[in-house]
Amino acid sequence: MSLLTVSNLQGGYGTNIVIDQCSMSVSPGEVVVIMGGSGSGKSTFLKHLIGLKPPMAGTVSLSGEDLYSGSMNDLYRRLQHIGVAFQNGALVSSLSIFDNVALPLRETTNLPEDVIEVMVRLKLELVELLDKQHLLPSELSGGMLKRAAVARALARDPKLVFMDEPSAGLDPVVASALDDLILKIKEALGISVVVVSYELESAFKIASRIVVLDRGFIIFDGSVDQIRGSDNPRIQALINRTAEPMSFDPEEHYRRIMGIPEG
Amino acid sequence: MRAQLEVLGSIALNLRSTCFYLAFGRRYGQPVRMGAINQQIVQSGLLAVPIVTLLCGIVGVMLAIQGMQTLAIFGAEQFINVGLAVSIPKEFSPLIIGIVVAGRSGSQITSRIGSMRLNGELDGLAVMGISPHRFVDAPTLVGLVISVPLLVVIGNFSALLLSGLYASLYLGISFEAYLAQLVQLIELSDYLLGISKGFVFAILIAAVGLGLGRRVEGGADDLGRKTTASVVTCIATIIGVDALYSILEQL
Repeated sequence: MSLLTVSNLQGGYGTNIVIDQCSMSVSPGEVVVIMGGSGSGKSTFLKHLIGLKPPMAGTVSLSGEDLYSGSMNDLYRRLQHIGVAFQNGALVSSLSIFDNVALPLRETTNLPEDVIEVMVRLKLELVELLDKQHLLPSELSGGMLKRAAVARALARDPKLVFMDEPSAGLDPVVASALDDLILKIKEALGISVVVVSYELESAFKIASRIVVLDRGFIIFDGSVDQIRGSDNPRIQALINRTAEPMSFDPEEHYRRIMGIPEG
Repeated sequence: MRAQLEVLGSIALNLRSTCFYLAFGRRYGQPVRMGAINQQIVQSGLLAVPIVTLLCGIVGVMLAIQGMQTLAIFGAEQFINVGLAVSIPKEFSPLIIGIVVAGRSGSQITSRIGSMRLNGELDGLAVMGISPHRFVDAPTLVGLVISVPLLVVIGNFSALLLSGLYASLYLGISFEAYLAQLVQLIELSDYLLGISKGFVFAILIAAVGLGLGRRVEGGADDLGRKTTASVVTCIATIIGVDALYSILEQL
């Protein structure tokens, strides 16, 4: 059974539709990278997948259960089976790294404190932050913060972890180390990972499958080899990093610059 | 007007969700933790004791001075204890404490929740399956509901003691005799009414502080605006509710 199934998802803000007719699934042990340029709807798509935004239409199912059906408490219960590492970490700033990783265990399980301590140490060791456990999030570098977020996402040993732009804003060496960490998580723990990213190199390195979002629609869902061989010009533009040719209308340009309304 | 109603509605909904987790959180695997409540009690209650003691004491002395100056016109300064015994526990102590806590804790709550919202910490909690209402809001509400009435008791003690000390020196009577007389004059109903005001003010401060914190959007600018709005709204509402108490008492 798929861990995550998205069917005909339509979503956005207010009445503004940002993504439409999006369908995809994630099987156990897969690393799925969701790619797309700026404004493609990646972040909105992720918000719908992780329980932060109910869809306008369509469904998001976790292990066959509709994520958004029932009350808020049903949603919270389902979310306890996944892990999410946000781009900026989203760690509780008043808690140490150790307490941040321990937070989901303390708040949503009945495990004794000594067991929690061992589990937290294991996760911090995995992301190589055990020696930084007493520091506050504000005392960590960008790369460390992302690794701490990964440790917190893994705290409850979920089957599915979401990561929002893990390599963004990091130098190539640290970004590559984070990619290795994602592969280690997949191989050592058998966890499925959904990564939202625009980093091509990273995507090609870690992905079992790549999903490309473009202007709110999924235009590609396939393997790394398939995306390389795709003849879709939008995908070619994305993987070859070529800008879309712009049409230039001098009159329209003049009107925009001068602030003259259309018509 | 529509915008104000929308703010009021969101504050009420936020308070409703918070109360829901207080009452039923454990049943849904979302228990409100005692540790977080204790932290709020320390923050809003214990750390406010020095300023509350000082301010209530000063206001008590000022009341004694003003009251005796007025009563001196009729040669009735010795009756100052009657005025103090009624006005301090029923009116001044809860009002001063409400304003002090609104300034200290109301702003602190809004800026904390607002920062958490801007940093994505509230979203971070939600995706872990931890309701922010029970993890952040409920301990804040309970902490204030416990702290503020206790601060009113401390404020009463300080104001009555210091005003009594001044009045006994001024009137040339023994402090012990003055206090004994004062204790006899304090009506239990007035005392409890003052404490009940503390309870209501605590709910108001928590509701406004938390509700406006949740509405912070954009960045630091809006955080500052909402923090200021929180303090102003809390103080205005406290004075309004206090006036309402007085009006209802007259009916």
